Amino acid sequence: MPRRTMIEAIRDAMDVSMARDERVIVFGEDVGFFGGVFRCTQGLQAKYGKSRCFDAPISESGIVGAAIGMAAYGLKPCVEVQFADYVYPAYDQIVSEAARLRYRSNGDFTCPIVVRMPTGGGIFGGQTHSQSPEALFTHVSGLKVVVPSNPHDAKGLLIASIEDPDPVIFLEPKRLYNGPFDGHHERPVTPWSKHELGEVADGHYTVPLGKAVIRRPGAAVTVLAYGTMVYVAQAAAEETGIDAEIIDLRTLLPLDLETIVASVNKTGRCVIVHEATLTSGFGAELSALVQESCFYHLEAPVARVTGWDTPYPHAQEWDYFPGPARLGRALVETVEA
Amino acid sequence: MADAGMLRFHVPEPEVRPGGTPDFSNVSIPKAGSVPRPKIDVDPRDIRDLAFSIIRVLNRAGEAVGPWAGLLSDEELLEGLRHMMTLRSFDARMQMAQRQGKTSFYMQHLGEEAVSCAFRKALSRGDMNFPTYRQAGLLIADGYPMVTMMNQIYSNEADPLKGRQLPIMYSSKEHGFFSISGNLATQYIQAVGWAMASAISNDQKIAAAWIGDGSTAESDFHSALVFASTYKAPVVLNVVNNQWAISTFQGIARGGSGTFAARGLGFGIPSLRVDGNDYLAVHAVAKWAAERARSNLGPTLVEYVTYRVGAHSSSDDPSAYRPKAESDAWPLGDPIVRLKNHLIQRGVWSDERHAQAEAEILDTVISAQREAERHGTLHAGGKPSARDMFEGVYAEMPPHLRRQRQHAGV
Repeated sequence: MPRRTMIEAIRDAMDVSMARDERVIVFGEDVGFFGGVFRCTQGLQAKYGKSRCFDAPISESGIVGAAIGMAAYGLKPCVEVQFADYVYPAYDQIVSEAARLRYRSNGDFTCPIVVRMPTGGGIFGGQTHSQSPEALFTHVSGLKVVVPSNPHDAKGLLIASIEDPDPVIFLEPKRLYNGPFDGHHERPVTPWSKHELGEVADGHYTVPLGKAVIRRPGAAVTVLAYGTMVYVAQAAAEETGIDAEIIDLRTLLPLDLETIVASVNKTGRCVIVHEATLTSGFGAELSALVQESCFYHLEAPVARVTGWDTPYPHAQEWDYFPGPARLGRALVETVEA
Repeated sequence: MADAGMLRFHVPEPEVRPGGTPDFSNVSIPKAGSVPRPKIDVDPRDIRDLAFSIIRVLNRAGEAVGPWAGLLSDEELLEGLRHMMTLRSFDARMQMAQRQGKTSFYMQHLGEEAVSCAFRKALSRGDMNFPTYRQAGLLIADGYPMVTMMNQIYSNEADPLKGRQLPIMYSSKEHGFFSISGNLATQYIQAVGWAMASAISNDQKIAAAWIGDGSTAESDFHSALVFASTYKAPVVLNVVNNQWAISTFQGIARGGSGTFAARGLGFGIPSLRVDGNDYLAVHAVAKWAAERARSNLGPTLVEYVTYRVGAHSSSDDPSAYRPKAESDAWPLGDPIVRLKNHLIQRGVWSDERHAQAEAEILDTVISAQREAERHGTLHAGGKPSARDMFEGVYAEMPPHLRRQRQHAGV
């Protein structure tokens, strides 16, 4: 099977979708001729023409607002916001419009759009190239929120998102674009070509939304992770020798609660890890759900290992990023509690 | 260099406040028929003056004059008059229904009836409006059933939106009326996107965007103009300048720009100003802009100069911020009276027939209201089920909503 980077997998997902359905339209800043600042749309304009893949003005609300109008017409826009840190000008369009169009019009109009955006830190991106704003979207009724962690899933989830009848916020951990990353920044990065999840089938396939996957079966503690943190969790389990069961959530909304509950009921312990800041982060929702659903099976408090409640700093990157050492300590504490 | 002194902060104020004498002497009103009608493929640079003038057809004597006149037949004008009268009558009944506690909220169109009623007749079936909450004339003029509008206002068991939406936030794809949102200006850029989609699909349909004077200050107005200009989208960008954004006079949103139409010029968009209380002028300009869009000539911005005669909404009291009789002093008069006078001047209408039509229309509205009320009002009679509340958030109900619905016991 061919190996692809996450960038290539994402590009392939759009290529496959555009070839299958002429209603699929791709646009955003630098997305057209240049092929995107991360090369995710490279070659699409040449292949499908300027009316299918084109450059947009620097206006996030314009990009998402226009996409909503296109979707109301009957197209399926898959648009890009260059960094998740820059989605806020489009927040009104996403929250007030895309998320509610089906509901408020009783299905008279719908909004099958995908808003792709590179997310997450670990790249010395500083305050505005590192954020993880997923909780700002998981709080919104009517949206779906997806975070892939590898090329295989990225392609399958993106095709599924494009085909989904509802608006999808598709967060791409840019730290994972070229290879998995476990937080050991001092070591060289392994490319996806050396990783089994870099195997990406040609052609059409989907990974269903709303389904988590167990990346590492274990008995001692459940780790709920997504995006880059999946690899941090794997490293932490290996380095501490703790038999952690690592769940890659893949879709945050709607959430695969069944898989989570089955695992925590088995292990009796749960550690949640995300890059986003702690307070009111998605981890709080996960923690509450675990507490509500697994209270009588819990043998220790649910722990959260996250970014600090500060803006994402530049020089202090590795003091901020929840790496394997910090997660490892939480695993030990939770297992010993 | 001369000493400039200390800086002073500038906040625009309307000419007159409550207690003062209404004064519109600063509003320059060109004579009817005096503004030329350019070809639709005109170079936008050659008609910049149209963004600072006012296109008018009906003169003081009620005659249709000048190059924008002559598009509509007697029958079409009589139909237009009926639409405007129906909207006004509908408004009055629904305003009263709100006062009677049959619904929570209402917003009238008083004085602005010509804008949406005449515009609708310039569009073709399949075109899509992206209206604000003050263009119900688009529905009336397209024959959307009044009973259905009332069912929505009452949030009753027959409400097409299942009680989920605030009154008057209608939606009808079939009638080219995009779902209304409470968030201002959001639909302006969506209209441009819809128009882009029509062009991408090599379709022949066009879009119409709607916004009020106050909401032009929202950033989505700006992004809409950029996108419409960049992609030459087949869209008519309508700005309804009714002088007021709740309590805020239009000068706050307009700032130092001469007119709202002038905003379009910086984007290279041909921009026209029209007498919003002149049914014939509104229709003629709308037709011109729609033809431009349909002919692949790109967007047009149209500012309708009108006056919000009524309160902003059923929750507003304008006497707190503007003179009570200000609407009487409005120099462009009343759209219904002006079309009525024109039809009388044309010899196809009379005061008697007008009075008779008023009575007939009121009967129609009242019987629609009776029928709607048989399906319930907000606090009495049939209502949407609590189960409906959980439907339609997504195409398929996800597990967490299913659990919540079960928890709610519905």
